Amino acid sequence: MRRAVLIAVPYAWLLALFLIPFAVVFKISLSDIALAIPPYTPTAKDGIWNMLSQLDFENFIFLTEDDLYWKAYVSSLQIALISTVLTLLVGYPMAYAMARAPEQWRPTLLMLVILPFWTSFLIRVYAWVGILSGEGFLNQFLMWIGIVDAPLTILNTNTAVYIGIVYTYLPFMILPIYSALDRLDGSLIEAAEDLGCSRIKAFWLVTIPLSRNGIIAGCFLVFIPALGEFVIPSLLGGSGTLMIGKVLFEEFFSNRDWPVASAVAVILLLILIIPIVLFQRNEQKQVEAEG
Amino acid sequence: MNRLSSFNVVSLTLGFVFLYVPMLILVIYSFNASKLVTVWAGFSTKWYGELLSNEAFLDAAWVTLRVAVISSTIATILGTMAAYVLVRGGRFFGRTLFSGMIYAPLVMPEVITGLSLLLLFIGIGLDRGVFTIVLAHTTFSMCFVSVVVSSRLVSFDKSLEEAALDLGASPWDAFRLVTLPIIAPAVVSGWLLAFTLSLDDLVIASFTSGPSATTLPMKIWSSVRLGVSPEINALSSILIGLVTLGVIAASLASKQAAVRAKRDEQAAVRAV
Repeated sequence: MRRAVLIAVPYAWLLALFLIPFAVVFKISLSDIALAIPPYTPTAKDGIWNMLSQLDFENFIFLTEDDLYWKAYVSSLQIALISTVLTLLVGYPMAYAMARAPEQWRPTLLMLVILPFWTSFLIRVYAWVGILSGEGFLNQFLMWIGIVDAPLTILNTNTAVYIGIVYTYLPFMILPIYSALDRLDGSLIEAAEDLGCSRIKAFWLVTIPLSRNGIIAGCFLVFIPALGEFVIPSLLGGSGTLMIGKVLFEEFFSNRDWPVASAVAVILLLILIIPIVLFQRNEQKQVEAEG
Repeated sequence: MNRLSSFNVVSLTLGFVFLYVPMLILVIYSFNASKLVTVWAGFSTKWYGELLSNEAFLDAAWVTLRVAVISSTIATILGTMAAYVLVRGGRFFGRTLFSGMIYAPLVMPEVITGLSLLLLFIGIGLDRGVFTIVLAHTTFSMCFVSVVVSSRLVSFDKSLEEAALDLGASPWDAFRLVTLPIIAPAVVSGWLLAFTLSLDDLVIASFTSGPSATTLPMKIWSSVRLGVSPEINALSSILIGLVTLGVIAASLASKQAAVRAKRDEQAAVRAV
């Protein structure tokens, strides 16, 4: 009896506030737009048969016809992919150095990596606005040391978006790679070196493959949220930066076209299913390998 | 592996410079007398003064704090229940769906979560405000709590609970007196995580709140869209300072707890 209550309460909560809302999104994505409030006419009025006969894919067809959406999906994938690679390039050397640092430093280094994660996301993105702007600190610094003569335009470009994503998601990359490298048996590398591998070759042939699971986990943890990101492209990107999270937000709040916004969300969800399934398979494999 | 090459030292140094310099600049320039954020015009705390007399910000901070405390508390209770059911509950009808619903919100883009909840609230005619933000925040943060708590539940010895039950404790007493004290650190960090997520959230709150409730991130968002402002720098510095103090205090506390546990253990060994 008590067990039933224990199961039922969180179950009911999630059904009501997670699953049913999705059903609503699906339903609205198949509705016609109307100027009434709420601004959609439900496709289902009475009975399942009626609903099935009235389903229309107009909004989805609209998405394929309008260039904007197609470009936004492609450019979100591109931006998420490039930022993930950049985050890996910045995060791996840091995680590697942390794993090689003396034992007594490691808790402090870990805390230094985690601390920004507890700080407001919005504030961390905002901090870059003042750095990257035309008369910002980066340009002042670059002109002071004489690398450039005129200020570079970085804010409101895709470059700024990359910097923002790398900056905010770096801890998600470092932590899984660090935990993989931390468990790595140092004698394997010594063995490779004793057997005639150069240090770099030993790194490629031993360290990288053995930290593979950490790399995969880190990449997904950056890629998946970056794909639907809204704050970073809106604040750091320009009018040319198309990302699907931003398009969805604007479709909803500026155009008030709920059916199309819902259709955009449904497609984003379908795109995300692939990396999410791959990620969970990777995690499962790791758990099985440990057990 | 305790040899740090110069490459390692350089990558660590550059990495931490990258992570911390932006926040440092923000804090330093919050004390700038000039309204122009990139020109230093002397030390001043006037932006802090203006911030503290700005009622819109204070109201938003109060709304955010209320939402965060209420939603993280409910989320911790629900999340701990969910974790307990998933780890100890055995098989029950719809278990796969349940665990799917626990893990899905962790990777769900905020725009989708926000949109779907808004459409639900409108569909059932719920007035949007503090209450709906609390519902939304509770829903996604209970999943984070549940993941944190279940990782602790998995790693601890089930036989301790069984011993309590064998010795005549009711299931509730076994949970209260044995399980809860052992998983307490995970429950506390789950609450802190839920609290931080709620304080931090902009997108879901924007979707689910109405004109009657503006949270601090929403207020910050509407001012930073217009560019850098010294008041926001001051606000950011206060928030960064609070988080830093909190994290340092938490790590000192856990260090002390570890030392105490070790001392107790040694005392116990000597007593034997």
